[in-house]
Amino acid sequence: MTITDEELAEQRAGLDAVRVPSRLRVVAGRFFASSQGRAGFALLALMFLLAFAGPCLGRWSYTDKDFTAFLRAPSAEHWWGTLQTGADVYAVTLRGMRRSLVVGLLAAVVGTALAAVVGAFAGYFLGWTDRALTWVTDLLLVLPAFLVLAIMSPLFAGGQWPLFVLVLALFLWMVTSKIVRSMTVSLKEREFIQAARFMGVPPVKIIFRHVIPNMSSLLVVDATLNVSAAILTETSLSYFGFGIQPPDVSLGSLIADGAKTAVYAPWTFWFCAGLLIVTVLAVNLVGDSLRDAFDPTARKGRQ
Amino acid sequence: MSERGECPAGAPSRDGHVLRPEPPERAGGARGPRASERAERERRPGRPGAAVRAEPVLRVSDLDVTFGSGTGAVRAVRGVSYEVRPGEVLGIVGESGSGKSVTSLAVMGLLPPHARVTGSVRLTGHEILGAPEKTLAAFRGKTISMVFQDPLSALTPVYRVGDQIAEAVRIHRRVSGEQAARRAVDLLDLVGIPDPARRARAFPHEFSGGMRQRVMIAMAIANDPDVIICDEPTTALDVTIQAQVLEVLKRARRETGAAIVMITHDLGVVAGIADRVLVMYAGRAVEVGPVDEVYYRSRMPYTLGLLGSIPRLDVGGRRPLVPIGGNPPSPAALPPGCPFEPRCPMAVPRCAEAEPPLEEVDAPGHLAACVRAGEIEAGGSPPARVQRAETGGRTAGPAAAPERPARPARDGREVVLAVKDLVKHHPLMKGTLFRRRVGTVRAVDGVSFDVREGETLGLVGESGCGKTTALMEILELARPQGGTITVLGRDTSALGARERMAVRRDMQVVFQDPLASLDPRMTVYDILAEPLRTHGTGDPGPRIRDLLRLVGLDPGHAARYPQDFSGGQRQRVGIARALALEPRLVVLDEPVSALDVSIQAGVINLLEGLKSRLGLSYLFVAHDLAVVRHIADRVAVMYLGRIAETGPVDRVYDSPAHPYTRALLSAIPLPDPERERARRRVLLEGDLPSPADPPSGCRFRTRCPLFKTLDESGRRRCADEEPQVRPFGEDHGVSCHFAERLNVV
Repeated sequence: MTITDEELAEQRAGLDAVRVPSRLRVVAGRFFASSQGRAGFALLALMFLLAFAGPCLGRWSYTDKDFTAFLRAPSAEHWWGTLQTGADVYAVTLRGMRRSLVVGLLAAVVGTALAAVVGAFAGYFLGWTDRALTWVTDLLLVLPAFLVLAIMSPLFAGGQWPLFVLVLALFLWMVTSKIVRSMTVSLKEREFIQAARFMGVPPVKIIFRHVIPNMSSLLVVDATLNVSAAILTETSLSYFGFGIQPPDVSLGSLIADGAKTAVYAPWTFWFCAGLLIVTVLAVNLVGDSLRDAFDPTARKGRQ
Repeated sequence: MSERGECPAGAPSRDGHVLRPEPPERAGGARGPRASERAERERRPGRPGAAVRAEPVLRVSDLDVTFGSGTGAVRAVRGVSYEVRPGEVLGIVGESGSGKSVTSLAVMGLLPPHARVTGSVRLTGHEILGAPEKTLAAFRGKTISMVFQDPLSALTPVYRVGDQIAEAVRIHRRVSGEQAARRAVDLLDLVGIPDPARRARAFPHEFSGGMRQRVMIAMAIANDPDVIICDEPTTALDVTIQAQVLEVLKRARRETGAAIVMITHDLGVVAGIADRVLVMYAGRAVEVGPVDEVYYRSRMPYTLGLLGSIPRLDVGGRRPLVPIGGNPPSPAALPPGCPFEPRCPMAVPRCAEAEPPLEEVDAPGHLAACVRAGEIEAGGSPPARVQRAETGGRTAGPAAAPERPARPARDGREVVLAVKDLVKHHPLMKGTLFRRRVGTVRAVDGVSFDVREGETLGLVGESGCGKTTALMEILELARPQGGTITVLGRDTSALGARERMAVRRDMQVVFQDPLASLDPRMTVYDILAEPLRTHGTGDPGPRIRDLLRLVGLDPGHAARYPQDFSGGQRQRVGIARALALEPRLVVLDEPVSALDVSIQAGVINLLEGLKSRLGLSYLFVAHDLAVVRHIADRVAVMYLGRIAETGPVDRVYDSPAHPYTRALLSAIPLPDPERERARRRVLLEGDLPSPADPPSGCRFRTRCPLFKTLDESGRRRCADEEPQVRPFGEDHGVSCHFAERLNVV
C-alpha cells in the first residue's frame, strides 16, 4: 500500500491517538447516565447492604428466640415485631433476604447465560450440534422441574446452596434458549456476521462478539424476569418444605409462614413481602436500564 | 466528506468534468428541441396536442405537511405547488427524505391523522384537502388513483387478481359482477398480461413482480381516472421489466388520457416519460419546468449536481463523477437560508440569509429557487463550469486525478481470481414430514471468469441470475460443487485452515447495505479493529486512524456507532473495514445501490481512487449497468446462472454481441430527454424463467428477439444445443450461436 509523503506528514501531524472507550465502559457510562439505572442500582445496593450489614445493627440473631415476646407488634425492643416462635422479625427477614438475593440473582444470571450459549451454538452451527442441544433442551423441558428439585432437596440441606442455585438455573433456561436459537438462525444471515466470517473470525468468537451482544435486549429482559422467577420458585419450594431448610430461612419460607398470621399480625408478613417486592422492582429497574445501555439505538431523553 | 478522497481518479477532461446531457440538435437553430417536441407529439397519438392549454386536473398549491409539534416538529413538505393537465406527465424527482412521497400521500389524503396538512389540493376543481372521508373515497380510485412501489404488499394475497380488479370497478360503478369480471379481463389484456382470462383467476403470489405491477396499473386505470399518481412504480423491478412497465404506463396514459404524476429518484425514468419535471429538495420544490429545460438548462445548482453525479451508460472513458458534498439536511433541523446552501458549490453569503423563492427564469414555465439562477442563466454555463469555477476547493478539484497508470498488457498481469465452470445447485425440497427433493435450482451453472491484478471486473445481471450466489461461493473459499475457484493462485478445494486464513487476508468484501453489514452494537473503532485483531495486529489504533482518513472520514468519529452516520458514510466505514488488512482483491456486492445518487457518486469516486492508489483488484457485482460502465474495466453479463457475454467494458457496451446484453442495455433509461425519446428499445417479453426449470438449449431463447427471426433449423439449434462462451473478437466472449447475425435484427 502506498501512501504519499504528503499524506504521511498529514498523519504525523494528527498523532492524537484515536481514543475509544471499550464496550464495557460505554455500557457502564450509558447505564449510569440514566436516572432509572442509578435508582435501580442504588436500590439494589441498598438491599444488599441491608441483607449483609443490617443484621449487625439488630440485637437479635436469626436463631435467637425471645420467650418473653411471642407475636408482638414492632417496638423498640423488636423493631419489626416478633414471630409466633419469638424470633425477631428484623433478624429473620434480613437473613432470609440474604439467601433469596444470592439465590435469585445467581440462578437468573446462570440460567440466562446457559440459554444464550446453548441457543446461540445450536442456531449458529445447526446440523448435529443443533440436534444434540435441542434434544437436551427438550428433555429438560419435559422433566418435571419441581419434582426433581423436591427429590434433590436433601442435598441442599447441608449448606449446599450453590448446588441449589445450579439446579434452579438448570430449569430456567430452556424456553429462552429456544428463542435464542431461532434468533441466531436469522441473525446468522445478516451481513455483518457474514462479513466477520469472510474476515476469518473463528465461529466461537463470532458467537460471543456478534451474536450474543445483538440479543442482549432479549437476554437482559429474560434475566430480569428470571430473578423474580428464581426467587419465587425458591419461595414455593421452601413453602413446601424443600429448598432452604430450617433453621436457615429464606424470604419464601417467611412469607409462607407469615401468610397464616398476616391478618391479625401484619408485621409477620408485610416486611418480608415488601422487601421481596422492592427487590424485584430494583432488579427490573436495573434490567430496563441495562437493556437500553446495551442498545446504542435506544436514545434516552430525545425530544 | 467531499474534501477528502472524492475525486482522485480519472483523467482530467478538457471540457469540464460534469456530464451534462447536450441536446444533439441544439446547434441547429430551428431544429431545436421544439421541433422534436412536435415530432414527439405526433408520435404519441393519444396525447392531446392542446394539453398545455387545457385546465389542470390536479392543482396543488402551498402544500405543507408537518409531523409532530413544538420543537420536534418535522416539516416534511414545505409549500409545494404544482399542477398537471390532462395527458401530461409530471415527474417529481428527489432523493430519499426530500418529501416527494409525502406530497403524493397528502394529495391522496392517505397520511396518518397526526400529520398536519395545510394548503390546497384541487382535483378537477374540487377542493379535496380536508374533505370528509366519504367525499375522498368517492374520488379515490375513480378520479385519482395510485400505483405504489411494492406491488406485492399492495395486492391482497387471499383474493384472486381478477376479483380485486373487478372490485375496484364495482366500487365506483353500478355494474353486474359479470360485467366487472369482463372489464377486469379487458384491463389485464390492456396492460399486456398474456392469456388474461386465465390469469385473472390467479392469486397475486403466482405473479412475478413485473406482472403484479401491471395488475396495479390495471386497477389504477379501471375507472378511467383523470390523474394517476405513481410512487416509484419501477424501483423494485429489474431494468428489462422496468422498461416493460414504463411502456404499459405510457399505453395507459394513451388509453385513458389521464395525467400522470410520476414520483421517482431515477432521472433516467423521468427523462423518458415526463413532460415536465419538479425537483424536490428538503421538502421544497427547487426547480420546475419542462423536461428539456430542466435537463439542458438547469438553473438550480442542486439539479446540476444531481445530473453531474449520475454515472452515464452511454459515455465511455472515465470522467470522475461530481458528487454533491455533504448530506441532505435533516427535515427537523433545516438551515435558515437555502436548504442546499451547505452543500452548494456556488453558495454566497446571501444564500444563508433567507430561503430563495421559487421564481420564473427566462423560459416560460421554468421556475427555480436560487438567488444566483440569473447568473447561471446568463453564463449559459454547463454545470461543469459552474461547479469548477465556483468550487474554490469546495468539491476538491480533480487536480490530483491520476491518469490511469500505464500497465503491462492484460496477459502479462497476475490472475488474482480465476473461476472456472463454477456450479452451485440448491436442492428444491418439498413436504414437511417427509422432505423429498422435487427439483434443483441451478443458481450458478458453469460460470467462468477471471480477474487480473489491478483491474475491475463487473459482474452484472438481473435479480435471480446467480451473480450473488457466485459471489458467495467465492467468498466461502470452500470446495465448490463443481468447477474450480482459484484465489491468488491457490485452489480453494485444496486449502488448509491456515492457508484459508491467509487467503482471507488478501480477499475482502463490501456488502450492499451498509447498515446491515456493520454490527449495530459495535463502535466504528471496534468494527475496524476486528479484522486487524483477527489477523494479529497488536494495537489497531494508528491503523484505524489511517483507514478513516483514507476513506474520507474524521478519525475523531471512531467512537460513534454506525447508526450515527449517514448512508454514504456508513458505506465508507464498510470500505475501510475491507481495506484494513491491505487486501489485494476486494469483492463488492452492489456497494452503491442502496445509496442516493448524490452520495453514490462520492463512494464510486472513492472506490476508483483507492483502486489506483492501492493497486487493488475489484470484483464488482451490480445490477446497475451505468455504474458498472463507469467503474469496471471488464464486464461479465450473467443470465440464468450462465455467462452471456464477457469482455472489455467499452466493447461490450458499445457493440454488444449477445441479444440479452443488447436488450439489457437498451432497457436502461438515460438521463437525457432528447436521446431517451429518440432511442429504440429492444423490449424483452415475459419474465426471467425459473432457474429451477431453465429452458433447454440456450437459456435466453424464450425471450430472445433474435430467436424469433431465425428459421426452423436455427431455432432447433438454439433449443437443442447449449451455447458455450466462444471468442468473438479480441478478448470478447459471447455465448450465442448467432451472435454474428445480431446486427441484422
